[in-house]
Amino acid sequence: MDSDLSPQDKKDLDKFIKFFALKTVQVIVQARLGEKINTCSSSSPTGSDWFNLAIKDIPEVTHEAKKALAGQLPGIGRSMCVEISLKTSEGDSMELETWCLEMNEKCDKDIKVSYTVYNRLSLLLKSLLAITRVTPAYKLSRKQGHDYVILYRIYFGDVQLTGLGEGFQTVRVGIVGTPIGTITLSCAYRTNLALMSSRQFERTGPIMGIIIDHYVERPFTNMAHMHPCSYRYEGGTYAGIEDSQEVCTTSFSTSPPSQLYSSRLSYQTPALGTVDLCHPTACTAAAHPHQMVVPGKEGGVPQVPAQPTHGTAAEHGRIPSCPTGQSPQLAPPTSCVFLCLQVHPPPSPAPSSPLQGSLHSNTSSHSGGQPQDDFVMVDFKPAFSKDDLLPMDLGTFYKEFQNPPQLASLSIDVSVQSMAEDLDSLPEKLAIYEKNIDEFDAFVDTLQ
Amino acid sequence: MNCRSEVLEVSVEGRQVEEAMLAVLHTILLHRSTGKFHYKKEGTYSIGTVGTQDVDCDFIDFTFVRVSSDELDRVIRKAVAEFKDALGNSGSDGMGQISLEFYQKKKSRWPFSDECIPWEVWSIKVNVVNLANEQERQICREKVGEKLGEKVINIVEVINRHDYLPKMPTQSEVDNVFDTSLKDVQPYLYKITYQITDSLGTSVSTTMRRLIKDTLAL
Repeated sequence: MDSDLSPQDKKDLDKFIKFFALKTVQVIVQARLGEKINTCSSSSPTGSDWFNLAIKDIPEVTHEAKKALAGQLPGIGRSMCVEISLKTSEGDSMELETWCLEMNEKCDKDIKVSYTVYNRLSLLLKSLLAITRVTPAYKLSRKQGHDYVILYRIYFGDVQLTGLGEGFQTVRVGIVGTPIGTITLSCAYRTNLALMSSRQFERTGPIMGIIIDHYVERPFTNMAHMHPCSYRYEGGTYAGIEDSQEVCTTSFSTSPPSQLYSSRLSYQTPALGTVDLCHPTACTAAAHPHQMVVPGKEGGVPQVPAQPTHGTAAEHGRIPSCPTGQSPQLAPPTSCVFLCLQVHPPPSPAPSSPLQGSLHSNTSSHSGGQPQDDFVMVDFKPAFSKDDLLPMDLGTFYKEFQNPPQLASLSIDVSVQSMAEDLDSLPEKLAIYEKNIDEFDAFVDTLQ
Repeated sequence: MNCRSEVLEVSVEGRQVEEAMLAVLHTILLHRSTGKFHYKKEGTYSIGTVGTQDVDCDFIDFTFVRVSSDELDRVIRKAVAEFKDALGNSGSDGMGQISLEFYQKKKSRWPFSDECIPWEVWSIKVNVVNLANEQERQICREKVGEKLGEKVINIVEVINRHDYLPKMPTQSEVDNVFDTSLKDVQPYLYKITYQITDSLGTSVSTTMRRLIKDTLAL
């Protein structure tokens, strides 16, 4: 099956699939954080945005995804799944949806890897962005916080949908044919949320009875792998997020295929030579930000420009994509010139993000449980208010501002004192003003 | 090559027209926009990065994703506002259609003007309903939100069939395929037109307008 695929194309394809899987996980988890996502377009390619899309990488999520993949790639019979569930403050949980990245055996031998497959994967990511806002779990995730949180779990292998209850629906996000199989991305989501409309998760009493009805004994009751989608960020940007440390800048060529074929032959040797040179310098990005990562061990694309180019660029702290004038000589001879694997130095040296509610394995950090003593907490629920994204809702506002402190100027002692002082100082002030009357007149004249 | 044509229908309340149209048009344009092309020597080019933004609707229980480009958003909002005004002023039963057409330009020799060849047309038929009370409006908020979700799924389904797309152009031809006027993103060449239908279902001829993204002769 792979005999028709050149080694270069195979390496490119594996890299695309790997990073597509990682970005898919990022999009899904970020869509369930409960906040609106906003990234900027950039007209200049930065060299760090896979599939030409600005999708930030939450380090913990990448870490979990890589842990689940364990060095493998999604393939035929090996699906990558992201399971989204809801967990109440009482500890009950329910699976909401499962996103599946699968591959079937239908191959498209004629498709161009570095061009068509790449662009279609980019399109599929855009579709994923759109569809993640449409499934029922999105609205629930936007309201998470006090009574429940949304958790995610990534696993690799066989798809498990039994936890979604009866009558779950499936929506297909899209498919991309490749020479080694067809990648499919779909979502299976629970539909019997109707009994548990979002109102159930507002500030009411415990809803344990209803939750138990839907709590299915699952074969994998290992909740330790669930992670909260509760990544809080400050200032509107993700603190501690790094850009992908392995970057991909894709250059495309508009030359007709016949010309490219001849160029493939002429560039073959230099490309291999470059790889050999680069291997000894391979190291991880975290160790030294100015060294290149040659992901030979990951089966990636080893087309990297010569060291000096990177060294020069790295001095500026930001390596530009595909330094012009250098890259064409070292470019791999595919129909699309695909090169420039660069290291993007991590913006912050601190590995852990200093955020509240940061992603950690399982244990719920909820303090929203009911008090254990005799007091009954009656929640003040003002009419027409709704729990929205603001940390302070109408009810809390009322409570906090019902008894404001008295204004200092209104307290009698203080006012009497200051008034007396004012009155005493009045004659002095009048005397000063009379003395300087000429100055005031001159000032008034300048204004006219 | 035949032009691909897709038709979507929505029934909305008057104040929901704008947001419903924005949601559908932006979802399509998200898929039909790329980063800015930067051509280099020897016929290679690199592509800029497209950012995305979540937009919450005020009158519909729905959130859609659009490309992070304020320029593009302004153009689309202007077109939708004109459509909405035309719908409101038509005095008809509130039926109309807004079309988003993607086309390629084909250069012709002088004195003939360039030809615009459409390759994909999305038509969104709108039916404006009047609601009697707040309860109906609340139900409508949710229902229209669900319907828009279905439309997004329909759009994604069509897009992912990977049917015809214009070939990636050389530097000299890029303006025949893409709209390069925006600073941050590069949608395929498109135009938005609309029609208002009267109660008999026939189009009222006077209310045809074109918003042309590139200037054409005639």
